[in-house]
Amino acid sequence: MKPSRDDHETPPTLPEPTRAARAASTPEFAAARQWRSLSELADDGSFLEEVSQAVSGVRGAIHGLDDASRRKFMTVMGASFALAGVAGCSVQPAELIIPYVEQPEDIVPGKAMFFATAAVVGGDGVGLLVESHMGRPTKIEGNPTHPASLGATDALAQAEMLTLYDPDRSQIVIHEGRADTWERFLAFAVDLRARKLANKGKGFRILTQTVTSPALADQLNRLLETMPEAKWHSYEPVTRDAARRGAELAFGEPLEPVPHFDKADVVVSLDADFLSWGPGRIHHARAFADRRSPDVESAAETTMNRLYVIEPTPTITGAMADHRLPLAARDVSQAARALAKALEVEGATDADANRLAGHEAWFSTLAADLKAHRGKSLVIVGEGQPAEVHALAHAINAALGNIGETITLAPPIAAGPTDQLGSLVELARDIEAGEVDALLVLGANPVYDSPVDLNLAEALNRERMTLVHLGLYDDETAALANWHVPEAHFLEAWGDVRAFDGTVAIQQPLIAPLYDGRTAGEIVATLLGQVGLPSREIVREYWSGRLPAETFEKTWNQALRDGVIPDPAADEAAPKSFGEPKLDQVTWSDAPAEELEIVFRPDPTLWDGRYANNGWLQELPKTITTLTWGNAALVSPALAARLGLKNDQVIELSYRDAVVEAPVWITPGQAENSVTVHLGHGRTRAGRVGDGVGFNAYALRRSDAPWFDDGLTVSPTNGRVRLAVTQHHHDMAERALVRSGTLEQYRETPDFAQEEERSPHYNMSLHPDPPVPQSEDYAWGMAIDLNRCIGCNACTIACQAENNIPVVGKDEVLNSREMHWIRVDRYYEGGDQANPGTVFQPVPCMHCEKAPCELVCPVEATLHSDEGLNEMIYNRCVGTRYCGNNCPYKVRRFNWLPYTSDTPPSLKPLNNPDVTVRSRGVMEKCTYCVQRINEARIEAKMAGRKVGGDEVVTACQGVCPTRAIVFGNLLDPESAVSKARQSPRHYALLASLGTRPRTTYMARLNNPNPDAPPAEASAENTVEPRHG
Amino acid sequence: MAELKHKEDRRPGPPPVLAPGHTFGSVTSKISSLVLTDPYDWRWAIGMGIGSSLLLLFAVAVVQLLLRGIGIWGVNVPVMWGLAIINFVWWIGIGHAGTLISAILLLLKQEWRTSINRFAEAMTLFAVACAGVFPLLHMGRPWKFYWLLPYPNTMALLPQWRSPLVWDVFAVSTYASVSVMFWYVGLIPDLATLRDRAISRPAQLIYGSLALGWRGSARHWARYKSAYMLLAALATPLVVSVHTVVSFDFAASVIPGWHTTIFPPYFVAGAIFSGFAMVVTLCVPLRAAYGLHDFITDRHLDNMAKILLVTGSIVGYGYAMEFFIAWYSANPYEGFLFLEARPFGWYANAYRTMIFCNVLIPQLFWFPACRRNVMLLWICSLIVNVGMWLERYVIVITSTSQDFLPSSWAMYYPTFWDWATFLGTIGLFLFLMFLFIRFLPVIAIAEMRELVHETDHHAARERGLPAGEPHGEAR
Repeated sequence: MKPSRDDHETPPTLPEPTRAARAASTPEFAAARQWRSLSELADDGSFLEEVSQAVSGVRGAIHGLDDASRRKFMTVMGASFALAGVAGCSVQPAELIIPYVEQPEDIVPGKAMFFATAAVVGGDGVGLLVESHMGRPTKIEGNPTHPASLGATDALAQAEMLTLYDPDRSQIVIHEGRADTWERFLAFAVDLRARKLANKGKGFRILTQTVTSPALADQLNRLLETMPEAKWHSYEPVTRDAARRGAELAFGEPLEPVPHFDKADVVVSLDADFLSWGPGRIHHARAFADRRSPDVESAAETTMNRLYVIEPTPTITGAMADHRLPLAARDVSQAARALAKALEVEGATDADANRLAGHEAWFSTLAADLKAHRGKSLVIVGEGQPAEVHALAHAINAALGNIGETITLAPPIAAGPTDQLGSLVELARDIEAGEVDALLVLGANPVYDSPVDLNLAEALNRERMTLVHLGLYDDETAALANWHVPEAHFLEAWGDVRAFDGTVAIQQPLIAPLYDGRTAGEIVATLLGQVGLPSREIVREYWSGRLPAETFEKTWNQALRDGVIPDPAADEAAPKSFGEPKLDQVTWSDAPAEELEIVFRPDPTLWDGRYANNGWLQELPKTITTLTWGNAALVSPALAARLGLKNDQVIELSYRDAVVEAPVWITPGQAENSVTVHLGHGRTRAGRVGDGVGFNAYALRRSDAPWFDDGLTVSPTNGRVRLAVTQHHHDMAERALVRSGTLEQYRETPDFAQEEERSPHYNMSLHPDPPVPQSEDYAWGMAIDLNRCIGCNACTIACQAENNIPVVGKDEVLNSREMHWIRVDRYYEGGDQANPGTVFQPVPCMHCEKAPCELVCPVEATLHSDEGLNEMIYNRCVGTRYCGNNCPYKVRRFNWLPYTSDTPPSLKPLNNPDVTVRSRGVMEKCTYCVQRINEARIEAKMAGRKVGGDEVVTACQGVCPTRAIVFGNLLDPESAVSKARQSPRHYALLASLGTRPRTTYMARLNNPNPDAPPAEASAENTVEPRHG
Repeated sequence: MAELKHKEDRRPGPPPVLAPGHTFGSVTSKISSLVLTDPYDWRWAIGMGIGSSLLLLFAVAVVQLLLRGIGIWGVNVPVMWGLAIINFVWWIGIGHAGTLISAILLLLKQEWRTSINRFAEAMTLFAVACAGVFPLLHMGRPWKFYWLLPYPNTMALLPQWRSPLVWDVFAVSTYASVSVMFWYVGLIPDLATLRDRAISRPAQLIYGSLALGWRGSARHWARYKSAYMLLAALATPLVVSVHTVVSFDFAASVIPGWHTTIFPPYFVAGAIFSGFAMVVTLCVPLRAAYGLHDFITDRHLDNMAKILLVTGSIVGYGYAMEFFIAWYSANPYEGFLFLEARPFGWYANAYRTMIFCNVLIPQLFWFPACRRNVMLLWICSLIVNVGMWLERYVIVITSTSQDFLPSSWAMYYPTFWDWATFLGTIGLFLFLMFLFIRFLPVIAIAEMRELVHETDHHAARERGLPAGEPHGEAR
């Protein structure tokens, strides 16, 4: 077991001498733990020398301290200094607490600091600014300079904070089921390297998730150079294979289409849920919403884009549509073909008219609309559609002159195989063939999320091979692994990641790894011979090789500060022209449709299952169904009526040779014969939160039909699973809660939403104005633009993270006790169950000027501030709950049980120190982020000025991808919220009650095609397009 | 009057309020023997057993509640008040009959009240005790209950006077203390009687000290009479005010179904309705078990049935008026609640049962035969008790479960602990009631003696001066 030459050439990195110093100075500790170090195991004599060098090195750093009695102390202290200097992070010795001798200049207790880093989901980087209090990160915000964030984030990125502190994360290296050490793993890795170098990597496979990290990709490519027979597979359950393959069919190259919604007047989505799924979704949502924001100044000249959506299952994108057509996933390709034909695309073939029967008028209007918007329209296809549809969409876009205008093509941002599913299939075949003797899984969890026909779990169990797994959790794959190494969360590690447009962000750690986690880069570095190279050095080394050396330090520091690093390779990723798309490679199979089809979707909150142990995301209602804590088989009302299914009833889904039991959720807007199941549930080794929640839809998913397929049979059973939905009633009961109109209506009557306000009784009141003195400087208010809100629910999670809102669990949600301070209400409009209009309404506290909650509290626990905040004094609350009863908006939340008292210690640092943690028996609710207002007030006071009208940003406002929420000072006429209140679309919820809410809304507008046929045209069909 | 006399001649008159032939001695010995000399009764033991078992359940439920929190009940976000508040209003309502009987009927010189007032007052007291625990227990942090009281404190805070809950605190605590005073003052002469007739030394000592040195002198009687009348005058407004204030808990809110000006009179009528139902429920078995037919005659039952009919009809009018206003006001939220949600919605069964129990059942009492059928009357009184509980259930639950924003609508399901607490207070009530039956005179001895005197006296006067009868048919 001799280490290679490279090992000796690499200078020992600082953590090494640290450990050496610690061990040398505490022999009993060392003896007990068997003194683990790579060098000791290698046992070549250099180890002791290294130790003594390290110790003397540390000592040498501290001159004149030979006094033996102080040696131990100073050694440890030296180690701390060394750590603080290098990575700024490592596990501190448990026994000693050493106060600051010199206080670091930047760290002020009570003052938050923000660091730029980036989150990554499915290889898609989103730039972040992370709030850190005294060295512990507490809240994630978007990074305004990062193009994929623009200052916003989504629910998944927000919830990463909880994952970081998750006590169920893997905490220790596991070797053959026993706890082990990183050092011994390194020894193993060095040995593996030696063996694999000898046979050129034969039988060695690496499986990653989508890798968009330039540094890691570079490492892996270098590794493959040294081991030419090794192979790199990458697999993502929610893969973008089809898009890349579609471009390959059309252009001969695997390209990523990048839509530009800012330039598109007419958008056609073919099963594309671009607002919640896919790279750059936050950016796209923003660009899309910007085109739906009517001009406040002159309603008559307002323009909006128009969105047509064809989809099998309702999504938030479909909810934003001006015209939505529920269509089985298998028929979406027919729709694309019909469209191509109508647009006279070269090479287009006839669609099967039967499959689109009843919708001819719909398609002809759509085609006419597209024709009228050449170069300003956009046809976008979802990841769930086959490559052929993507190719056809390229042809349609090309025919409409959209390519280069509203859609550009770029090389994939991900490195590694472009056909991920194919790559996984290949890996599985090779494993079965016995050609793999070592498999390194970096971050992925293929045992859980690979297609069921690959039988990967069985193969991994059966074949004699070494399985190494790096993962955040001791998950399904880790259970089979010979070695499992805990992965460092991105908030505790160095790295880099590309965004959808190729922008690279550097990930920097906010905290020392809580559980001694490691990055993929560190493992690959070891295999490259750079044993123990810390992840920071890996990233720095890569970028120092790519950026001009003379300005590197400056650029690097700038990049860390801004969160975006200038990439000289960006030109490669820049959009190029790739010639005309060709359809000669596209073939269609015209198999007749069978009865039912199954549709797979990533879960809106758990994604592919990686967030299953995240309580925030488990409890976050999935916007369309409002389902929490579990998944369901979504069936259409028509199918439910046909089969006699009821909500919560368990059905057996049989598809090919697999059978899965799933509870039914009847979903209006679902295509009649499609049954949608969400991936990501039914985990067995997710952790205490995620185990056994929902059913595992991967058990039905096959590699040849990853997204949808015919041949599903549904058999009802007598079982029942209570599904925890947060909304039980779905229409507005003829109340003007979400006010909406069409663009035309708006142009004619801009204040169509203010009918109630025009009534002569409006705002008349027998009550005097609030008796509290009114501030002359500030009147806080919020305005929510329902036309921009896409219902993504990010605000709910952001609020939860900011305000220490507890997770209450399924039983409590079943009894309507969820604690979210801001919720997104979802209502269906129109009587058509098959295709209802869907509208969203985020509801935080209204901070009523005449708040019904205030006058009924017997102990003055809820009061009005002079700035208009409806304040909640937790300490004073005795819990009569009268305020909650009397709140017309039902935004008050009660601590029915001690939800926070059993918080595990590791979750306590997660709490925002600026916000009280509430005890049992007290009421709580949205505070307009009063802690942020106060912080701004202090800042302003110190600077001797007033708080700016838009200076305070609430958590929900900050996270909102579409900027639907504005908050600020109503007394400042220039503030965004004052301007929003001038909008003719402005209205107050339940204004007739005279509560005078400070949170108000702006009506939603749709932009239906005036030429669209009226709904009666296809009345004979049960599935009708939605108009308006 | 002559005409009345004429009528009386044609058909049998109402039964007397006291069976003929009783003397001061027979009244005293009959009533005091229940406490002092009657042997141990197995029926009492069974009743006490049920009461104390339920009381134990109550203790368990309360300990659970204090340890774990209000979340062990079924209350949730739209329905933040559940069984606790329903029970509170129900118990408080039951108490009202006692006060009405003892105070208002006393002032109106309704002599038939005499034989039922003592245990009706006891019922009031125990019902208020049961009611009182609910607002305390239903708080999120019950150990902070005293923050609702105006007391000098370092926080320099008084309660929030605009909140009906603070009014409630005053209304209910005033009601409880006046009821205790009234009951106790009325008991003093009887305690002295028991002291004098007691054989065992401990009984003499206990009754003696409770009797506060009552010797029955003319001065005692004079003071006693004026104090009792003053207390009655004090208690009289409480009959109206307490339930009015309780109704403000709902009426002062903005919730459709709660925000209603008809609530105060409608609640008071409902309270008297349910209270008399409870008096009937209690006095029928009591009369049978202790052979008190001479004192609690069919006349009493007949009168109480008439009150049930009147108050039940007022309650029915209240329901009808809610409907009418919901339609007439064109308020969409009220319209939805009264015209859709209550009669046809999630809780339609509760609502329809309530109408049946509270409006239809009392209509039987138009018929004298029904009023005098003791068994039927007793069953009807039970039905009315259930109906009035359901009324509070309908008011509290349906209104909040479907208020303004349909997105928040949700149903309420009481849990085991909800029911355990409710049954527990029934246990507390039974426990106290059975203690009372065993250790205190269930009928006011002194007042009965007065009644004997007056009956004889007036009988004598009637013979001589038939036209001088001052009380007319009411006697």
